[in-house]
Amino acid sequence: MATATHTIEAWKNQEYQYGFVTDIEADVVPRGLNEDIIRLISAKKHEPPFMLEWRLKAYRYWAKLAREEGEPKWANVKFPPIDYQDIIYYAAPKQRREGPKSLDEVDPKLLETFEKLGIPLAEQQRLAGVAVDAVFDSVSVATTFKERLAELGVIFCSFTEAVQNHPDLVARYLGSVVPYTDNFYAALNAAVFSDGSFCYVPKGVRCPLELSTYFRINAADTGQFERTLIIADAGSYVSYLEGCTAPMRDTNQLHAAVVELVALDHAEIKYSTVQNWYPGDEQGRGGIYNFVTKRGKCLGKHSKISWTQVETGSAITWKYPSCILQGEGSIGEFYSVALTNHYQQADTGTKMIHLGKNTKSTIIAKGISAGHGQNTYRGLVKIMKGATGARNYSQCDSLLLGEQCGAHTFPYLEVHNNTAQVEHEATTSRIGEDQLFYCKQRGISAEDAVSMIVNGFCKQVFKELPMEFAVEAQKLLGISLEGSVG
Amino acid sequence: MLEIRNLHATVNGREILRGINLTVKAGEVHALMGPNGSGKSTLANVLAGREAYTVTAGEVRYEGKDLLHMPPEERAREGIFLAFQYPIEIPGVNTAYFLKAGLNAIRKHRGLEELDAMEFLALVKEKMKLVEMDESLLNRPLNEGFSGGEKKRNEIFQMAVLDPKLAILDETDSGLDIDALKIVSNGVNALRRPDRAMIVITHYQRLLKYIVPDFVHVLFNGRIVKSGGKALAMALEEKGYDWIKNEAQAAAYPAV
Repeated sequence: MATATHTIEAWKNQEYQYGFVTDIEADVVPRGLNEDIIRLISAKKHEPPFMLEWRLKAYRYWAKLAREEGEPKWANVKFPPIDYQDIIYYAAPKQRREGPKSLDEVDPKLLETFEKLGIPLAEQQRLAGVAVDAVFDSVSVATTFKERLAELGVIFCSFTEAVQNHPDLVARYLGSVVPYTDNFYAALNAAVFSDGSFCYVPKGVRCPLELSTYFRINAADTGQFERTLIIADAGSYVSYLEGCTAPMRDTNQLHAAVVELVALDHAEIKYSTVQNWYPGDEQGRGGIYNFVTKRGKCLGKHSKISWTQVETGSAITWKYPSCILQGEGSIGEFYSVALTNHYQQADTGTKMIHLGKNTKSTIIAKGISAGHGQNTYRGLVKIMKGATGARNYSQCDSLLLGEQCGAHTFPYLEVHNNTAQVEHEATTSRIGEDQLFYCKQRGISAEDAVSMIVNGFCKQVFKELPMEFAVEAQKLLGISLEGSVG
Repeated sequence: MLEIRNLHATVNGREILRGINLTVKAGEVHALMGPNGSGKSTLANVLAGREAYTVTAGEVRYEGKDLLHMPPEERAREGIFLAFQYPIEIPGVNTAYFLKAGLNAIRKHRGLEELDAMEFLALVKEKMKLVEMDESLLNRPLNEGFSGGEKKRNEIFQMAVLDPKLAILDETDSGLDIDALKIVSNGVNALRRPDRAMIVITHYQRLLKYIVPDFVHVLFNGRIVKSGGKALAMALEEKGYDWIKNEAQAAAYPAV
């Protein structure tokens, strides 16, 4: 019998399920970036002057950075220089009139696209109990469930609507967690962001629905720069889901989003992402550059922000959902599964900044690498002087499939208060030949066995996801792992 | 059911099996004994299709089919079950989930309907009784944190659920205290059937007090050097493996 040791080869060329293009007429602004483009975007969105001012300040800051330093270089990712003048910064599906007043007015082609993606916005959606805001290229297409949420005082709408209808809230919190000076991509986003989701949960309200945003890049050569702002007022609770896909294209598309969360006293925000942007083909051609800044501020005492992410897509992921633990006794959590295959690169992790007394943070990061994938965990736990009694627990596990992939772990620790307790654990393992053989001996195929073992590896994270998302995440891993064993 | 002819196999280039011949018929229980390093576990792993073992010569026919060219999962689906000497831990994978995946893969292969969650649960609850296994183990990650005895019981429990035609028990008695040994043996005996064969691998005779074999074979240096009935096991217990070693060496070097 001519068998050798088990070789786990590069994953087969996976048909990317969401790689279709919707043929729809788009309203686009000219390629490139300058102050006129920003004025044009702002005008198209009928923004009040404070927004335009803010965008312009962000643009000037970004332009200075671009001139003097360029993109941040510290991440463990490699890509050719991006020509920021060759990107289209605004693309919107053409509307017959001003904007859709209800789902009936939304272009059926758009609705069909979202159906294909498994996000039915219409009737089925009501049964599922998930309120969805869908962002197609640059604009928010429809928000379901708006009325039901409004009865509770929950505001859940597109960012554009929020700017028009709730300018005070926007002005108060926009940039309060991620200022436009935060980093290169955050500055770019602040200058050109086109739409996104806005959510405000009033005092004491426990939002009865999972709120959900679905992002889709359709138009070619378009960047998507959405911005999400979630404010949970005192004693409130909200769970928020985010999903993303894009068509298959052989050029790279830039996605530079910013997410800001604010939790006031005793409020809790749970933010879950299943990111499945087009990862490029098996040669590493095409795919999304996912350069995202996500940060939450636990402003109030005993507030809690919990990030859960499953990152399977994108050619490059650069993303560190973080928590600023300002309120006394506040809690930050980060649960992550990042999977890299073919030539995908991920540099992802979190920052937990402990400012308040008795603040607590937990980090569970699981990295899976296959093919030529490079997976980096980068995390910072910073305990400031005033954070007496702060505690952190970090666990970073890496799983390797095959010989050509890599896993890297960079845990940074800064402790300025000697009452703090910080624990860090890290492991790296390969899927064992003995585990695979045990499964196969029970009749389970190699592919199912790998999928089972990987899912087992991710379980700690998956159990943090809302039910329907956990199922989707497991399926996604299953699909991605097909053909990963030879 | 199983015919092994002149089987040679290597691990990391070292020859461990040097010409095994063995015929096992349906309904029979064969005990395979021998000192450490004689090749017992290697034979079990080769029959189950472990890839780290390379067959260099010989053939194995299982129900008339060429066993050595089947991938391990197909062997399992065709009815070969290996109770592992050291059951593997798979963190995060629920025992029931794992077993259901295996069972349904086997059932599908045999043209049977896959069991749904309720049917599966009813089946496993019944089978757990065989080895007096605690139901709570079903919802724990596979073998993770199980005691040695629990792991071995779990193997026999899986065997009961997967309903094999040929079961190979690789030192199922090792690490068991006398009570656990009795429980496991009772479970195995309950699974003896006219249409099922078993190969029971053990270092010690004590297991064979509880699982009484039809045939006993002694493996030494990669070959079966002696075969007989259950009396052979008793003789081994009395005289020890040195007796076999001396005989085998005398046969190998008759002039000395």
